Amino acid sequence: MVWVNDIIQGVLTGGLYALFACGLSLMFGVMKVVNLAHGDLAVIGGYIALGVITVTHIPALWSFLIVVPVMAVLGYGLQRTLIQAALERSELTTLLVTFGLSVVVEAGLLQFINADSHSLGVGSSIITKSFSVGSQIQIAYLLLLIFAVAVLVLLGLQYFLSSSRYGRMIRAVADDREAAQLSGVDYRHVFGIAAAIAFATVALAGIAYGMYSQFAPTTGTDTILLFAFAAVVIGGLGSLWGTLLGGVVLGVAQQIGAQINISYEVLAGYLVFLAVLVIRPQGLTSRRAHS
Amino acid sequence: MSEPRPGNGSPLLDVQDLVVHHGQLRALDRVSLRVFPGEVYAIIGANGAGKSTLLRTIVGLHTPTDGMIRFDGQDMTRVRPERRATQGIVMVPEGRRLFGSLTVEENLQVGATYARKGPWTIERVYELFGWMKERRNQRTAQLSGGEQQSVAIGRALVANPRVLLLDEVSLGLAPVVVQRIYAMMPQILESGLTVLLVEQDVSQALRVASHLQCLLEGHTTLEGRPSEVTPEQVEAAYFGFGHAGEESAPLWSGSTTSSRGS
Repeated sequence: MVWVNDIIQGVLTGGLYALFACGLSLMFGVMKVVNLAHGDLAVIGGYIALGVITVTHIPALWSFLIVVPVMAVLGYGLQRTLIQAALERSELTTLLVTFGLSVVVEAGLLQFINADSHSLGVGSSIITKSFSVGSQIQIAYLLLLIFAVAVLVLLGLQYFLSSSRYGRMIRAVADDREAAQLSGVDYRHVFGIAAAIAFATVALAGIAYGMYSQFAPTTGTDTILLFAFAAVVIGGLGSLWGTLLGGVVLGVAQQIGAQINISYEVLAGYLVFLAVLVIRPQGLTSRRAHS
Repeated sequence: MSEPRPGNGSPLLDVQDLVVHHGQLRALDRVSLRVFPGEVYAIIGANGAGKSTLLRTIVGLHTPTDGMIRFDGQDMTRVRPERRATQGIVMVPEGRRLFGSLTVEENLQVGATYARKGPWTIERVYELFGWMKERRNQRTAQLSGGEQQSVAIGRALVANPRVLLLDEVSLGLAPVVVQRIYAMMPQILESGLTVLLVEQDVSQALRVASHLQCLLEGHTTLEGRPSEVTPEQVEAAYFGFGHAGEESAPLWSGSTTSSRGS
């Protein structure tokens, strides 16, 4: 029963990791940008949520109504300026630029806020509670909610990419941006849209993480980015549902590691990450398409 | 410049003294051309003559170091490729360049997203290529080369171009497939399009062209109507003067004599 509980907890945590990862995967799939500032953006989302909650006193859960649009606009703006400028030099430049962005964000947060950890208090609403199944299994509503959000986000993304006009253009540009230009498509704008979506998902990830745990200026790189990377690589680069699978595998591995010895939690996750890299470097889902 | 072509006012596409560099290499050296409405203008030349570079510069994928591109009187030299496409300069690129993870229909839909108003619709493309509608939900990666080329042409047509640029449509296709594709040309022209095409297959180009220009190492070596030029002139222009009997496929399929080595 202990193991069943571990697996359930791991699967649910995997939803959170999928939220971390899907934006990273989308940006790589569409514009071949490995966004090393991805985790820091989630943290920025968390801080914005914190500010919104402090000022407006709305419940933490509803802060996404403000944070998500703000982050989406930020994503479009950053893509059209900094990241596009880097892309026009080379793909390697985007790695350097996003790394620089990550450093600047962390240093900025330390300088202008502080190094304290924060969490987004959810008060005494139902999502702080949990319910029991049998005697050994306890499921937190919050974790269940985050998992459901992750699934909804992935379903929404899949629907958007496969059925909408912009989704179609995103896929076309990912396939061949020059050919898309020949059809009158401004790929820079399409990249901006894709970045806006990625930043919107990362905003949700930041809020979810803030409610689930605590964040500090360095959480972006030491936790969120690494878990996002692991989930993307385990699941398969550029595959949306792969990020959920990768997140779930990572989550389960961590839970099982923790069950053996609490200090093995993080290590176990990375061991699976390493094993996938060695045995199946293309990831568990071998589909190359991003949809 | 050859004689002004009768019945046409000002040129639709006017390219003047275009110079394009690929790094140190001068790929085009003062190439000019004027395409009048309703023409089928063919650019011929050997591999590396600069034909594709010329087309890619006209649509904006290369930036010229010198020269000017005018379209319908407007200067297009520094305009972005996607803007040129929405203005009516649309190219079927070499190698087809379809969106491989998209279906046939989605490829056409992308082509139609920013289309100008005009006679071409996805439905009409389906009428032009009879097989296409049935297989519209297939990914283009599953199609044969000729089918892919047809989708690429369809994707360009649904944008309702004013001038359609065809870059090596015949490349890598069986002759019978090439003929089938070129057999569509009258129907395409009927809709009022102007065509600028690049071909390595000279006999094919001569069959459809109303005007001809030959490039050699980035220079124009011959220009005129197919009826005005002799096979000897074309061959000399194609290979350069003083070319001496190198082994090569006959340029003039079905031609009577070969004057190579003269």
